[in-house]
Amino acid sequence: MNETSPAPVVQAPVPRKTPAAAGGATSSSAAGQRVAELLQRQGALVVLLTVVIVASFVYPTFGTLDNARGVTVQASFGAVVALGMTMVIITGGIDLSVGSVFALGGVLAAWASQWGFLAALFVPLVVCGAIGLLNGFLVARAGMAPFIVTLATLLGARGLLLAITDEGATTYLIPKGSAFAELGQGSIWGFGYPILIALALFGIGGLVLQRTSFGQTLFAVGGSSDAANLMGLPVARTKMLVYTLSGLLAGFAGALSAARLSSGVTIVGVGMELDAISAVVIGGTLLIGGAGSISGTLWGVLLLAVIQNLINQIGELNSSYQSVVSGGFLIVVVVAQRYLARSRRTT
Amino acid sequence: MAPPEAVPQPPQPAADAKEASAPAEVTETSAPAEVTETSAPAEVTEASAPAAGVKKAPAPAADVSPDSAPAASVLEARSVSKRFPGVVALDDVSFTLRAGETHALVGENGAGKSTLIKVLTGVYRPDEGELRLAGEQIAFARPFEAQQAGISTIYQEVNLVPLMSVARNIFLGREPKNRFGLIDFSRMHRETTELLDGFGVRVDPKRPLHTLGIGTQQMVALARAVSVNAQVVIMDEPTSSLEPREVETLFRVIEDLRARGIAVLYVSHRMDELYRICDRVTVLRDGRHIHTGDLADLDRMQLVSMMLGRDMAEVRRDGVTSFGSEGHDASRTPVLTATGLSRDHQLHDISLSLYAGEVLGLGGLLGSGRSETAKALAGALSLDSGELSIGGRTLRRLTSAGAIRAGISLLPEDRKAEGIVPGLSVRENIVLAAMPRLSRAGIVSRAKQDRIVDIFMKRLRIKAASPEQKVGELSGGNQQKVLLARWLCLEPKVLLLDEPTRGIDVGAKAEVQSLIDDLAREGLAVLLISSDIEELIEGADRIVVLRGGAVAGELSGDEVAESHLLEVLADHSPAPAGNAPAAKEDPR
Amino acid sequence: MTQAAISTPAARPWARLRDPAWYQEYGVYLAVAVVLLFNALFTEHFMTADNLRTQLVQVAPIVIVALGMALVIGTEGVDLSVGSTMALATALLPLYLGYGLVPALVMALLAGAVVGAINGSLVSLVGLQPIVATLALFVGGRGLALVMADGQLKQIVNPDLLSLGTGSFLGIPLVVLIAAVLAAAVAFLVQRTTFGRQVVAIGGNRSAAALAGLPVRRVLIGVYVLCGVLAALAGILATARLTASDPSSLGTLMELSAITAVVVGGTPLNGGSIRVLGTVAGALLMQLLRATLVKHDLPDSTAQIAQAAIIIAAVYVARERRSR
Repeated sequence: MNETSPAPVVQAPVPRKTPAAAGGATSSSAAGQRVAELLQRQGALVVLLTVVIVASFVYPTFGTLDNARGVTVQASFGAVVALGMTMVIITGGIDLSVGSVFALGGVLAAWASQWGFLAALFVPLVVCGAIGLLNGFLVARAGMAPFIVTLATLLGARGLLLAITDEGATTYLIPKGSAFAELGQGSIWGFGYPILIALALFGIGGLVLQRTSFGQTLFAVGGSSDAANLMGLPVARTKMLVYTLSGLLAGFAGALSAARLSSGVTIVGVGMELDAISAVVIGGTLLIGGAGSISGTLWGVLLLAVIQNLINQIGELNSSYQSVVSGGFLIVVVVAQRYLARSRRTT
Repeated sequence: MAPPEAVPQPPQPAADAKEASAPAEVTETSAPAEVTETSAPAEVTEASAPAAGVKKAPAPAADVSPDSAPAASVLEARSVSKRFPGVVALDDVSFTLRAGETHALVGENGAGKSTLIKVLTGVYRPDEGELRLAGEQIAFARPFEAQQAGISTIYQEVNLVPLMSVARNIFLGREPKNRFGLIDFSRMHRETTELLDGFGVRVDPKRPLHTLGIGTQQMVALARAVSVNAQVVIMDEPTSSLEPREVETLFRVIEDLRARGIAVLYVSHRMDELYRICDRVTVLRDGRHIHTGDLADLDRMQLVSMMLGRDMAEVRRDGVTSFGSEGHDASRTPVLTATGLSRDHQLHDISLSLYAGEVLGLGGLLGSGRSETAKALAGALSLDSGELSIGGRTLRRLTSAGAIRAGISLLPEDRKAEGIVPGLSVRENIVLAAMPRLSRAGIVSRAKQDRIVDIFMKRLRIKAASPEQKVGELSGGNQQKVLLARWLCLEPKVLLLDEPTRGIDVGAKAEVQSLIDDLAREGLAVLLISSDIEELIEGADRIVVLRGGAVAGELSGDEVAESHLLEVLADHSPAPAGNAPAAKEDPR
Repeated sequence: MTQAAISTPAARPWARLRDPAWYQEYGVYLAVAVVLLFNALFTEHFMTADNLRTQLVQVAPIVIVALGMALVIGTEGVDLSVGSTMALATALLPLYLGYGLVPALVMALLAGAVVGAINGSLVSLVGLQPIVATLALFVGGRGLALVMADGQLKQIVNPDLLSLGTGSFLGIPLVVLIAAVLAAAVAFLVQRTTFGRQVVAIGGNRSAAALAGLPVRRVLIGVYVLCGVLAALAGILATARLTASDPSSLGTLMELSAITAVVVGGTPLNGGSIRVLGTVAGALLMQLLRATLVKHDLPDSTAQIAQAAIIIAAVYVARERRSR
């Protein structure tokens, strides 16, 4: 190795400020950009911590371990759905079918639980994975817009669900005390299995996203589909896979939820896709794709859950405030994201 | 593999990125720039040594010293043709790229440069002819296959993923893994640092790409290209958005590539760059191969005349176009005056005036800022500074709508993307801008529209099945006439025409040309942009020539002649005598 | 009035049946005709005035929302917040009925306009993707409505408002009449007004429209405002029919039905063309299809699956055409 004369090193120039950007509000826009960046990256975590700390002081019933257990177990099902949604959104897509698939997964699990644990687990996974695959195929191979494709499968999955429950008249029950019911209802140190399962899935999801080629490809596809193609990355295959994953996770979350409730409830999951999208976006994942994190989604899910819980705690407040808050938060976050994207383009 | 300590941290005069670039933004000759200029050349070759050891050095590098000519051919195109519906983009083009050379590829719009690049990089497959890489015949089904074979391309718009980090971009699709099959980031970051150090670029491998300057982004793209074992690097207008300091770095890296025996195909319109770094040049025109040879044997004038297809020996006078031979009577006071139009990297202090009844030509090679100037005049491009006045009235914060109200109309260069609305009818496309004037209380008057449309369809001889035919179904020439009609029915004072006859058939071309003539005669002020030298010379009464986004000269009266125009275009200092142009010579 | 010159050779009229473009253009009418014919032949008590009136009354709010949605989709956009806007409108009605019918109606419609203005500003001024911009109000709008209504269902007793839902004129229910008049008005707007043509041009080629000096931002905001107002009106009519204000359920999945009607009606998702009559037919088709299945004792589930298949088919046909 050559150690005698060091390579002459030119410093990488910092992003150029175009006079266009400079010709007005350079300093204020730089500060604004930092705020926006912070808001996007860690906004959910910061707000979550603030809310939790403040609420623990103000409402004595909030800061209890019991309440924490309750909140997290409630949040765990939506969290698993949001996990798949995060990956889809990172590729620049969207999956509106998850709410229906969630409900379908629950009903299928309850129906199949009569044949034992494995059937209850795998029947929903196979069917919901197939719906995800169909989404992926129509998006990646047929080149149709993700939002309309998954809108159609939202309807289709709901229809399928009604078909197997005699138009919602039949509710399949999961045998009490069966291994499958235990999956949803058991706990370790008071923390329900669903929490642990969701955490495990988030851990695996984070690892997949950050430390595998598949994860890198997700970012590349969402960040620049053209560049990903030119680099020879398997763009279409990745898209198919990510929608399949989203279907699998939504179906699994549904099954888990059914196990907890001991029955396949047909009316769950309506609007769940929007809660999931909200959580993902609040967690800092760009809706245009190319950037995002699993941990952010976790904070986003928890934040929404905590707000819901608080509104319940306050009692006199209407529970609908939750969606007002998340809607407002959503606007702030997407406008901040847009603002960031704009300042990016001028560099 | 070199441990990170093996690349010593040099004592840095410009140790901090912020410190280094801050003064450089103010003046290019300040300290950091000098660091590059004074210390770089001496150490560049040594810098390449550790870098070559970092990643597989290209095999041929060892055999080929840049001085031993003629070097082996790395990439060869033999009689390549490529046709698109209605256009022959490449017609029997052959050329050879030698190992370790920097080869310029030049030509005006429509010369076939980008088609050739796309054929070489696997985006298109040639209709005829073959490609040979290191003597072996090859065919690429996808761009990725070309990259695998060792042909990498650095595009004008960097083709990386902006939101991902430097290291992730370089290793995307071939990330180093640890024994658990997970990505080994520390190794990835280390190798990225080593690789970029080899190019003399120091940057945090974890930084998102988009936070870097365009120049550094291009370095990253180059690093990726070289680290996938490129033998050929194609650079398409790499300096178009770089600052002078970044250009220097790029040139140093090109020198470095040359030393490693990597061939560079360099596409640029900037003459001084070509002459500075390129060994040989290939000229394309109208899809045909015109010339390949050592750049040192050609002066700028000869090169430009080859690009434009004007043989200096036989400059024809007139009669080829449909413009009237006599000039127009321009009025004394200008209709439109622009002063000091500037925009970062594109326009530098452009001033011009336009008189009623004249055709002002706006000349310049590709990338000289012609279209940007026209767009700025029409309020479609935001400016950093500059002033525009029409009829003595100064317009501030001009928008497209404001410009149209003031009587300025722009026929844009890109007919499809910025001109026609393909799904609407001929009638609706014509009246698009005039709609408010042809309506009463917001309700469209079909009678008024039909009258206007009828007049212009007749006057411009627009050939359509009916006014209700969709514009997307018409030929290019008729689409162009529809757009002209759109602007003429606004009765503008100033008409800005950006390449009005490009890509349309001969008949329509003649019609458009004589229309321009008539319009000026009727008292309109016309700005004409054209890459067609004849069109410019014969159509314009006066020509303002742009170069590098600034006014390079103005020709009026008898100066409006090809020889003068070419001189200004080429920035010609008196030609060395007895150096005959080799324009008609084909090496193969 | 924007039909293409007929490009298919007239000599072989059947050839056009193999042309996907033809199906995008006329498929929806053909399908409505087929469904009606099927019912005339095989369904008892279907082609009766009573049943048809019921179908029309049920489809009317969807048509009204879909009209606004068609305008938005014509600009390459989409408005997910229409269902929430309906909820807002219905929540506001009982709050202001105390001041009389007109103030209540004005407030409800104003709410729609405000929602539209917010959506439009986010799209045109901030530059958000429409789907993102309207998502926020989709999420928050219904919540806001519930907050205003205190989460409660309220009976409506105002006879004037109720007569909007139950009244009829010349035997035609008022709701249907309003929907028909609005469809005609929107068709006129799209075809014959400066605004309408500018909407189509902006959807067809936004940069060309901007270069031609069209007020792109203003038109975009206008389109979303119109869509919001129409959704609010649909909310008012639906409230009148239900004789109750129920912000928790009114208009759920309305965005879906509306988008479906527009897409099935042949308006391309990538803008540049707005098919008003097609949209009406699209809404009607989905309604009739569902009714047919119900009459044949086929469950709702089948209807939903059929609806999903039809959406995908319609988008697929549109995609075929684009790629040619």
